[in-house]
Amino acid sequence: MASSFARVLSSKRKVGILSLVGAGSLTVGFFLNREHVNAGSNVRRIYPASAEYPDLRKHNNCMASHLTPAIYAKLCDKSTPNGYTLDEAIQTGVDNPGHPFIKTVGMVAGDEESYGVFADLFNPVIKERHNGYDACNMKHPTDLDYSKIRGGVFDDKYVLSSRVRTGRSIRGLSLPPACTRAERREVERVVIDALAGLKGDLAGKYFSLTIMTDQEQQQLIDDHFLFDKPVSPLLTCAGMARDWPDARGIWHNNEKTFLVWVNEEDHTRVISMEKGGNMKRVFERFCKGLLEVEKLIQEKGWEFMWNENLGYILTCPSNLGTGLRAGVHVNLPRLSKDTRFSKILDNLRLQKRGTGGVDTAAVGSTFDISNLDRLGQSEVQLVQTVIDGVNYLIECEKKLEKGQDIKIPPPISQFK
Amino acid sequence: MPFGNTHNQLKMNYSAEQEFPDLSKHNNHMAKVLTPDMYASLRDKQTPSGFTVDDVIQTGVDNPGHPFIMTVGCVAGDEETYEVFKDLLDPIIEDRHGGYKPTDKHKTDLNPDNLQGGDDLDPNYVLSSRVRTGRSIRGFCLPPHCSRGERRGIESMSVEALGVLDGDLNGKYYALKDMTDDEQQQLIDDHFLFDKPVSPLLLASGMARDWPDGRGIWHNDNKTFLVWVNEEDHLRVISMQKGGNMKEVFNRFCTGLTKIEELFKEKGHEFMWNEHLGYVLTCPSNLGTGLRGGVHVKLPNVSKHEKFGEILKRLRLQKRGTGGVDTAAVGGVFDISNADRLGFSEVELVQMVVDGVKLLVEMEKRLESGQSIDDLMPAQK
Repeated sequence: MASSFARVLSSKRKVGILSLVGAGSLTVGFFLNREHVNAGSNVRRIYPASAEYPDLRKHNNCMASHLTPAIYAKLCDKSTPNGYTLDEAIQTGVDNPGHPFIKTVGMVAGDEESYGVFADLFNPVIKERHNGYDACNMKHPTDLDYSKIRGGVFDDKYVLSSRVRTGRSIRGLSLPPACTRAERREVERVVIDALAGLKGDLAGKYFSLTIMTDQEQQQLIDDHFLFDKPVSPLLTCAGMARDWPDARGIWHNNEKTFLVWVNEEDHTRVISMEKGGNMKRVFERFCKGLLEVEKLIQEKGWEFMWNENLGYILTCPSNLGTGLRAGVHVNLPRLSKDTRFSKILDNLRLQKRGTGGVDTAAVGSTFDISNLDRLGQSEVQLVQTVIDGVNYLIECEKKLEKGQDIKIPPPISQFK
Repeated sequence: MPFGNTHNQLKMNYSAEQEFPDLSKHNNHMAKVLTPDMYASLRDKQTPSGFTVDDVIQTGVDNPGHPFIMTVGCVAGDEETYEVFKDLLDPIIEDRHGGYKPTDKHKTDLNPDNLQGGDDLDPNYVLSSRVRTGRSIRGFCLPPHCSRGERRGIESMSVEALGVLDGDLNGKYYALKDMTDDEQQQLIDDHFLFDKPVSPLLLASGMARDWPDGRGIWHNDNKTFLVWVNEEDHLRVISMQKGGNMKEVFNRFCTGLTKIEELFKEKGHEFMWNEHLGYVLTCPSNLGTGLRGGVHVKLPNVSKHEKFGEILKRLRLQKRGTGGVDTAAVGGVFDISNADRLGFSEVELVQMVVDGVKLLVEMEKRLESGQSIDDLMPAQK
């Protein structure tokens, strides 16, 4: 199908004509000033902001903690150039009051500009969620130079598997809560076009959710690669499951160590993983893959959403910065029963989850241990934190095996 | 997208072909009717409140349907939806409502005196009788699209109107968000409580937003007249009682509805209604009367008869389980109600239920005593 598409390159709106020829495809692209939809002028209001302010008295999420009636009144008639509004951004937090023990974020971005237009609300939410990170004044470091990693090859007796994941968004296209069907399909097209250019140990194949065969589906389930339509109301209330499964899919390399999800909670989720404890190699493949994909999309005139305050821009504010979760499945039968386990993790700035991922319980004594932080430290720093931390945990386990005592380590600093 | 919809214009940056949904695996009324050309001609339109064709069809895109059950696959966000998107909705209405044409007129008749009989359905068989409908308040957006302020406005207007009702209709309002545990338990025991929708058909249309803000249940002290506020429609009105006195149920239904309508008019509000579509509700399947009148009736023998389905069809009746839509019958007890909503008046529909159920009970008695029912087979209504 002949496609005509509008593109925006960087926050500086360039006007010009550029003819792009990519390998295997002839496409003429235009850099255009994006036509700004009338920001706010079409919002129909028959009630004042005070009558529209949500009832958040029973709520426990970051949005509810920071959305005052004054901020609501200030922002409720604004919209991003794409027309995304505050009511849409907070809908998930209004619909999901939260849990006394688990504080969810309670809001999402519909596009890159959301973080700017609704900064009066996003910034305090970011500050709370990212332990005091000041989005106005602080700069986020991006570092994908895997050669800086020290160590990172764990004892397979303890570490069963290693994994690093992040997300990336394609600049100029709306995010999953707000994208139109055509935008979502455009994301898919841009991403799989780039992935098709990967070679060597990264060469792979795309499986579209709409046309997957039963065998392909079963294989992906067996490999633990398949993602399904979100059931969590946190996600569905934000509108990210619309038009499922249109333009959703899974790409993975032939060796099944590098995996990309297309149009699930973000434009892309990128995952590098292996059995065993070679986190160093996992991170190396992660960085190489990401950088190669970035190069491939840039050749076609696209780029990732990124800015120097917030790092990589993703749908959920909790994933800003690096969007990176690096973790291991590790066996800690003695340490996990020690009363000091949680404190040790806290001080190492690590988090434990069950082996089913977020909101699951550990099975036996195998835990998913990963970095707590996302924003304010670079990828290299966070992965190093995980490596150093897991090494410490394994040392503790070994000491307990020999009947020796362990120490709670001093807390490491957050923003380096 | 509900309400905050200025970004609906964003899709105009792409061609209609690029935006057209993939309906290749779908089986619902919307998917049957919506062609790429129709989508292209409708997609740049919106109602005065900003509802667009993509908003109308989202639930049908997200819920491909079932080979055996044909869902509607679209909703209205306001009264004007049915006008602005008539090219899409008229054929759906025609298909769903037995050939109802865009030029047809719908009769409204809420005069309970016009109902013949209905006070003598055998209570040995008919366990309970019920009539329900919905009403929308003109000038306000419907549940898929309304803002919190509008929803609260509907709630407060409704509570004010219902607060004036007296005598047999004297009652009380229970807001979902302020309900005590005891009140909640009582409403559950009375089978009155509605909960946040879980059906993806409803959730995908946006009607569960901000739950439970602005939602509540009102019922009279006698527990025979019940109003749901801001569930799938602005108002759902239900008259019910144990036993087979459908006439009394329908009397109360009409009296209550008429009184409520008067009370709204006194405050300068009216119900959404026009002479083509009758009462306007969120789902096109509930247009016209929006009326489902039915009974819970014991039909263990008739229901096993090979012609049961055919009998119901000819009587223009529909069977459900006693849990309501999409449930199965338990112990030979069925929910039997009118199949139609639009093109027949309220009196006509309840008359069909009364006459039809009378016949079914007679058939049940015949089969109980081993006699044939062949001579009782009805003609197609």
